[in-house]
Amino acid sequence: MAEPQRARPKPTPETQHFWDGTKAGELRLQRCDACAHVYFPPRPFCPSCASRKVSIFKASGNGFLYSYVINHRPAAPGFTPPYAIAVVELAEGPRMMSNIIDCPQTPEALELDMKLEVAFEALDDKITLPVFRPAKG
Amino acid sequence: MRRNQVAVVGAAETTELGVIPNASQLQLHADAALNAIADAGLKLSDIDGFATAVETPQQVCHYLGIKPTWVDGTSVGGCSFMLHVRHAAAAIEAGLCKTVLITHAESGKSMIGKAPRSIPADSLQGQFEAPFGVYGPPSMFPIPVLRFMKTYGITHEQLASVAVVQREWAAKNPRAMMKDPITVADVLNSRMIAYPFRLLQCCLVTDGGGALILTSADRAKDFPRKPVYIMGTGESVETPMVSQMETFNSSRAFKTAGPLAFREAGIAHRDVDHLMIYDAFAHLPLFGLGDLGFMPHEETGRFIADGNTRPGGKLPLNTNGGGLSYMHSGMYGMYALQESVRQMRGIAPAQVPNAKISVCHGVGGMFAASGTIVFTNER
Repeated sequence: MAEPQRARPKPTPETQHFWDGTKAGELRLQRCDACAHVYFPPRPFCPSCASRKVSIFKASGNGFLYSYVINHRPAAPGFTPPYAIAVVELAEGPRMMSNIIDCPQTPEALELDMKLEVAFEALDDKITLPVFRPAKG
Repeated sequence: MRRNQVAVVGAAETTELGVIPNASQLQLHADAALNAIADAGLKLSDIDGFATAVETPQQVCHYLGIKPTWVDGTSVGGCSFMLHVRHAAAAIEAGLCKTVLITHAESGKSMIGKAPRSIPADSLQGQFEAPFGVYGPPSMFPIPVLRFMKTYGITHEQLASVAVVQREWAAKNPRAMMKDPITVADVLNSRMIAYPFRLLQCCLVTDGGGALILTSADRAKDFPRKPVYIMGTGESVETPMVSQMETFNSSRAFKTAGPLAFREAGIAHRDVDHLMIYDAFAHLPLFGLGDLGFMPHEETGRFIADGNTRPGGKLPLNTNGGGLSYMHSGMYGMYALQESVRQMRGIAPAQVPNAKISVCHGVGGMFAASGTIVFTNER
């Protein structure tokens, strides 16, 4: 029997650009051309002013650790507990859920406000997930 | 909405609470409904308005044999029933129906006749949360806690004291699932679930249900039970994605629904004799006390740890033992409402003496939604 697999995102027309971006090694956000609001998750209009004139851009990939849990049980399929489920605040403003790599999954190592940078983890030939690691320097 | 124009005239939980291996979820709806109808001294044919969540209104109405002229299937998580009370009160006032039945039931433990909750892979949650290992409420609801603690200087011991105090209330309730006393050390030594939360800071998983019957205040005086009036109501939603809340320092849905209900009721915080704050996890009473305006968030942890919400304290909170110790079938809002009604009728097992105003505040999803009801037993 195959190992249980991690939940796989299935892109929609509105989110395809994001998943194309992670596959190309880019974290893509959207900015409103009318009011300059930067937002996530993806949608083809601005949730702040309702303008449909929005642009996709490559984010810096920098952020900080806003909050997290270290999940022990029940563990999601494809995960070995304990593992941290983090919310990262990006330099451009939006927050996103992610995982923290290259860091012990402990309260001591995972300090709130620690600087993070994006990395990319390919799940298969279609989907690459954005994850974060402690920023160098 | 005008205050005290609509009243609860029937209220009951399922015959059993806890582990109920001999009834489907749908039958638990019916059991609660029949108990509430008996409580109100009504017949099923008297019901002309119906509301429920998760199960559809048509499912439960057909099973019970109810022919409604008004239905509400609002399903926004565990506070759906607070929203049903608000909507039913408006519908009764508008003359759309006369007597509304609201039911909840969940076979949360035994999982009989209950559709599994699933997150579609092409939903926003399926794309932007599920791949990172969230798996049910224990891995999601506590995600804001560490930020909240850092912002306001809340300690692990204070968060543990929430469970300790509620167990004191549960000990006074014969129907509570967990009644043995616990200490802060017991909580902090219980099994880790999702750091920073341990087993005793997470809600129970049980089977059960409850039902309410509402009618106009003018008709309510002819019913066998002491009427409990709807004094004020509020509701809101924010986001189904906990990661996308505006801030982890408060809940926007709480801050919208709560003050709305207080304004509608025309009450101040010092007027509140009894308080229910839906506690699926131990941080929710802290968010609630702050977001409803009882005190600054910074003071919430100490307020509970110092014993102000325990039996005999100045603000009795979650007097049935809450979702942490009384019961939690998955959507606890109905049980919070039942306890508020019992307190206003003066028949609660842990009765707050002379309580005249009860505030009942619910959460849905992982801070996705909120509903607040202010009850009173004086018109």
